[in-house]
Amino acid sequence: MNSVNAADSGQAQASVLLAHEGGLHARPAVTLTKLAKTFNARILLASDAAGPWIDAKSVVKVMAMKTRRGAQLHMQAAGADAAQAVTALVKLIEDDFVGGPP
Amino acid sequence: MKPPTPTVLAAPDTPAPARSRTLRGQAASPGTALGEVVLLDDAIDDARFTPVEQRFASLAEALAAAAQQLEGIRNSLDPCDPARGMVDFQIEFLADPALLESADNPSSDLPAEEEVWRPIIEAHIADFDTAEDEYFRHRASDLRDIRDRVLRVLRRTRAPTIPALGDHAVVFAHDLSPSRFLSAAWKPTQALVLRGGSPHAHIALLARARALPMVVAVGAAPVGPGERALVDGAAGTVELNPEPERVQMLMQAQQQQTLQKALEAEKLYLPATTATGEVVSVMINVASLSELDQVNPACCDGIGLVRTELLFAQGVPSEEEQLHFYRQLLLWAEGRPVVVRTLDAGGDKPVPGLGMPQETNPFLGVRGLRLCLREPEVFRSQLRALLRAAAEGDLRIMLPMLTSAAELTAAREHLEACAQALRKAGTRHRTPPLGVMVEVPALALALESLGPIDFASVGSNDLLQYTMAAARDLPEVAPLADPQHPGFQRLMHILTESARAAAIPLSICGDLAGQPVHIPALLRQGLRSLSVPVATIGLTKLAVAAWPLRAPHG
Repeated sequence: MNSVNAADSGQAQASVLLAHEGGLHARPAVTLTKLAKTFNARILLASDAAGPWIDAKSVVKVMAMKTRRGAQLHMQAAGADAAQAVTALVKLIEDDFVGGPP
Repeated sequence: MKPPTPTVLAAPDTPAPARSRTLRGQAASPGTALGEVVLLDDAIDDARFTPVEQRFASLAEALAAAAQQLEGIRNSLDPCDPARGMVDFQIEFLADPALLESADNPSSDLPAEEEVWRPIIEAHIADFDTAEDEYFRHRASDLRDIRDRVLRVLRRTRAPTIPALGDHAVVFAHDLSPSRFLSAAWKPTQALVLRGGSPHAHIALLARARALPMVVAVGAAPVGPGERALVDGAAGTVELNPEPERVQMLMQAQQQQTLQKALEAEKLYLPATTATGEVVSVMINVASLSELDQVNPACCDGIGLVRTELLFAQGVPSEEEQLHFYRQLLLWAEGRPVVVRTLDAGGDKPVPGLGMPQETNPFLGVRGLRLCLREPEVFRSQLRALLRAAAEGDLRIMLPMLTSAAELTAAREHLEACAQALRKAGTRHRTPPLGVMVEVPALALALESLGPIDFASVGSNDLLQYTMAAARDLPEVAPLADPQHPGFQRLMHILTESARAAAIPLSICGDLAGQPVHIPALLRQGLRSLSVPVATIGLTKLAVAAWPLRAPHG
């Protein structure tokens, strides 16, 4: 979990390796967006640190990224629960999407 | 329906055009089926030319109505049906406000909703159609399914279905939308052949879940209705009007395969024993009921770890919802023990609706039992459900992330208070054994400090990363989280020795237990109860049987 960088207040970012077989496809994308929606923070995702950044709460946009296995997923969040949001999303991805919302 | 015997083919009154030929496609779902060809019309979008009677007020409204139809389909599916994943995706897709962002004028009547909808969805379809990755290319069919569903809603027409099929129907279609596939109750004696399609399409997954033999991409070769077809879903072939010998051969091969599988299954059902004949208990870890659908309880010695976090994924469940879940587990276990871990949430595993603490390092914060003690109402409703379920089977309660004896006392007081309340109310219940999950190194070093306890189980994932101060899933430090490190081995030695001295039954339910490379060390430490992921039951039993490598003094 050391990959999460939480700045002093309301900002967090992380980078995590996507190991899921088949990449960020339909089921994991739904699991990820559902989890993202449980937080108030604005959460952005990108497969390149330089962007483009997309809304992690939109399954349409997450699927449109077509992230393949082995890609590095970058995320940044802003809001009161930004740190928890990023920590939870990193954990979800590291746990291979087991244990997220069904 | 005629019985699928070769004699029917050989009969003299068989119609003439019984020309034998083989169509080669791609294997999509294994299994063999022999039956009669049924041609399915390609009414993928028969809505397109139906006159419009009544328009929806807005496209958004039509999307909501389509999502509602999908909710209905979703609710009719078995919880473990992989179709749920596809339907969930479609529902989320339709509900996503980002979908209408690109619409010029999503809510007014001009241009007509249909003309707004088509370019939006077609852009997404085209985007997936041209994806580099094959998996994503196949998602285009899920989107076509959405496109047509919304069009039908806008035009108020019905979805195409599949006519009633005989038990041995071999259905030919160009392609099939997942919705249309789901409109039939498929049987393993039937088969599905697609002229197009892909083994990665969602309906291939659905076919596999239903043991329905399926072959895709066989091409456009003419096939007549009523022809006899032998479908080999594993080879990806369809033989039309096969020779009787061929039918017999294939059916025999299938029988042999079934026999082989039975032999493998037989091994799985033997108790795990070491090379010296010692019996080792092999239990399983589960997080949801759907994982149990494919598992016969006879292949394990019970459930050594039930993770209850999934239950809380949509917010705190009611006591009754929880009771139902625990009951189902006990029913499945058929008298075998079921160890339920109380809610193990925290900043890193949040529960919607439960205020989570703001922590910079949630792994060392208010999590596991610590969180339950802070949220006594949530904890008590879980304990009440567990007490009630325990009256119906061998349920045991395990507390996660326990550090001190005071926490155990506090948890036990909650349990006793709940039992007392149930007693007063005259509600059927039983106070089950109470144990702890050993995840905190300090507890592993002084298990006996807890006083009397019914059992303990090593949560090796957290115990290892807390001991080594290294996350296993962080590539840079993962090599440091080595279970063979003398420090971790010594910790395990102290733990197993103190459990033995205090006569506390000790098991292990972390990932280590299901990893053959680490099983010898665990057995050497004296552990005789392993709880492992369902997929590694056989592997674990084999590793146990291979230990010790040679006789201790040999």
